[in-house]
Amino acid sequence: MRTKAEYLKGYKDLVAIRRLEEKCAELYQLGQIGGFLHLYIGQEAVAVGISNALTEKDHVITAYRDHGIAYTQGMDPGVIFAELTGKIDGCSKGKGGSMHLADTSLNFWGGHAIVGAQMPLAAGIATGFQYLKNDNVIVCMMGDGATNIGYFHEALNLSKVWNLPVVWLVENNRYGMGTAVERASAVTDIQLKARGYKIPSEEVDGMSVNAVEKAVKKAVKHARETGPFFLEVMTYRFHGHSMGDPERYREAEEIKRFRKEGPIGILHAEILEKKYATEADLDKIHDEVDEMIAAAVEFAANSPEPDPSELWTDIYA
Amino acid sequence: MARITIREALSQALWEEMEANEKIFLMGEEIGVWGGTYAVTRGFYDHFGPDRVRDTPIAEGVIAGAAIGAAMVGARPVAEIMTVNFALLAMDMIVNHAAKLRYMFGGQFKVPVIIRTPGGGGRQLGATHSQTLDALFAHFPGLRVVTPATAYDSKGMMKAALRQDDPVMFMENALLYQKRDEVPDGDYVVSLEKSDIKREGTDVTIVTYSRMLHESLAAAKKLAKEGISCEIVDLRCLRPLDLEPAFESFKKTNRAVIVEEGYPQFGVGAEISARIYEECFDYLDAPVKRVAQLDVPLPYNRALEQSAIPNVDTIIKAVKEVMYV
Ligand SMILES: Cc1ncc(C[n+]2csc(CCOP(=O)(O)OP(=O)(O)O)c2C)c(N)n1
Ligand SMILES: [Mg+2]
Repeated sequence: MRTKAEYLKGYKDLVAIRRLEEKCAELYQLGQIGGFLHLYIGQEAVAVGISNALTEKDHVITAYRDHGIAYTQGMDPGVIFAELTGKIDGCSKGKGGSMHLADTSLNFWGGHAIVGAQMPLAAGIATGFQYLKNDNVIVCMMGDGATNIGYFHEALNLSKVWNLPVVWLVENNRYGMGTAVERASAVTDIQLKARGYKIPSEEVDGMSVNAVEKAVKKAVKHARETGPFFLEVMTYRFHGHSMGDPERYREAEEIKRFRKEGPIGILHAEILEKKYATEADLDKIHDEVDEMIAAAVEFAANSPEPDPSELWTDIYA
Repeated sequence: MARITIREALSQALWEEMEANEKIFLMGEEIGVWGGTYAVTRGFYDHFGPDRVRDTPIAEGVIAGAAIGAAMVGARPVAEIMTVNFALLAMDMIVNHAAKLRYMFGGQFKVPVIIRTPGGGGRQLGATHSQTLDALFAHFPGLRVVTPATAYDSKGMMKAALRQDDPVMFMENALLYQKRDEVPDGDYVVSLEKSDIKREGTDVTIVTYSRMLHESLAAAKKLAKEGISCEIVDLRCLRPLDLEPAFESFKKTNRAVIVEEGYPQFGVGAEISARIYEECFDYLDAPVKRVAQLDVPLPYNRALEQSAIPNVDTIIKAVKEVMYV
């Protein structure tokens, strides 16, 4: 983000994801969203920074914590809520749910619910791009916990051996479910894992949209011109792993500390300091977002359930 | 006697056996500090400590593999795979190794590993998180595959599994953990090789297991009101498969419905109906009927998902078909 307009758009995106997620929690309590629901609250700047950095030649794939990146890649919040409530106007016709948002027209190849599954897929997407010589790049997002699974190591190694156009991007939110990074990973400085495969890496401040944006731009350029790049983005999830997490594994103090320095507050302060907007202007953005989310929920509520015949569609091409 | 949940039954069995045998230890994702995602091991970490209750990284291949390796050298590991869907990432360790090592090396060592894992659909978790894969594991000689459906059987079979020397796939069902039934106060075991008649009847034999036992029992109750008497055989284990009670029952009723939550193609029903045709051909009064999940990946949408999973109504319909009513 450089211009005033870009800053205000970035701010709006952060707030939009926050509200969207808060609304999800509400709908979950009301029983309108079922299954597993993983909120992105606290990590918003990562998705905003990534999508800000991407061009029409750049693609993205992630895990089940996928609402934020779906939104920043351009998915209509109404479509997101429709999917989350199992309606036909959802991006996956209500067949995928919260963990399986995707829209290939937005270069977004989905949320994937098997931990680590997106990594071999991303290696494959990058292989496809390379083979098709189309100059595209894939950014593969993953959690810190996912860096301990075999898929991670197989995919990183292959990406370097073949010099694939892929950016490996870890969202290090310090926990995989209830397991802190240092209880699960021999190497807690996760970016060092990439060095084991001779993949260049960097640590990034995930609370800052601009830091993420800058790092992703550089990484994507490297991926396009040279080969894989690895980013460890430091972030934090403010809510439980998924709905109903008793959170016995961390102190309330810790959450409070991170919340104080949350991505929205940081950008808020930056915008005021740069005098790009007044408090009142920013309040107006919140109001706009509230309206957008209300309209989105309404859209989803009015969307029909999938026809029973949908059970049998899309199994084979 | 006490009425306890399946969760409590499993928990008690593990606890009591761990107290009695220090070779037993647990490993898996979130089983320690978190207490298990389905709370089966709640309290274990504080009581037994981190050496015997080991939280692992998210790495199913090495969870299964390390448990198998530890079993090879004389420990008695119980590995929890958070859900059976993730066991697919450990398939090589389970199928190529746990099931074959002893045979391949001429019986030089034993592999007393237990892999506990819950499966089943019906919770809107989408296609990858809702699978019923029992039949898949039951395919392979060398594995024991147990599928208890009651607290009594869960506790007794877990204890039996912890006192024998073969690899056991201990298949749980996420929707059954809260089910309650009576369990004796003292120590007991339930065989890992015997099916069990869970309801006596005269008109139709229902062969089933795991959660579908409860759907079948509910169907039988309704059918009784219409004058149809169902005998229900709970397989309890899929490998080895004990079909004698099912055959005995069939020879009496001459009609059978096989009910499973998994897919029909190459499934439990396919196997059992083939065996009934082979062993009881002269006793057939109607074609054997299979009730199984519809042959589709399970969708997130609740109504669609529910329509794909067998339930009381689909079981009643099948029973009436074999009764020609
Ligand atoms: C192969 C596999 N194992 C286990 C799970 C259950 N599970 C879902 S999310 C998760 C934690 C992942 O943590 P991390 O990668 O750090 O991502 P975060 O949730 O923090 O975004 C686990 C263990 C799964 N979905 N897939
Ligand atoms: Mg994490």
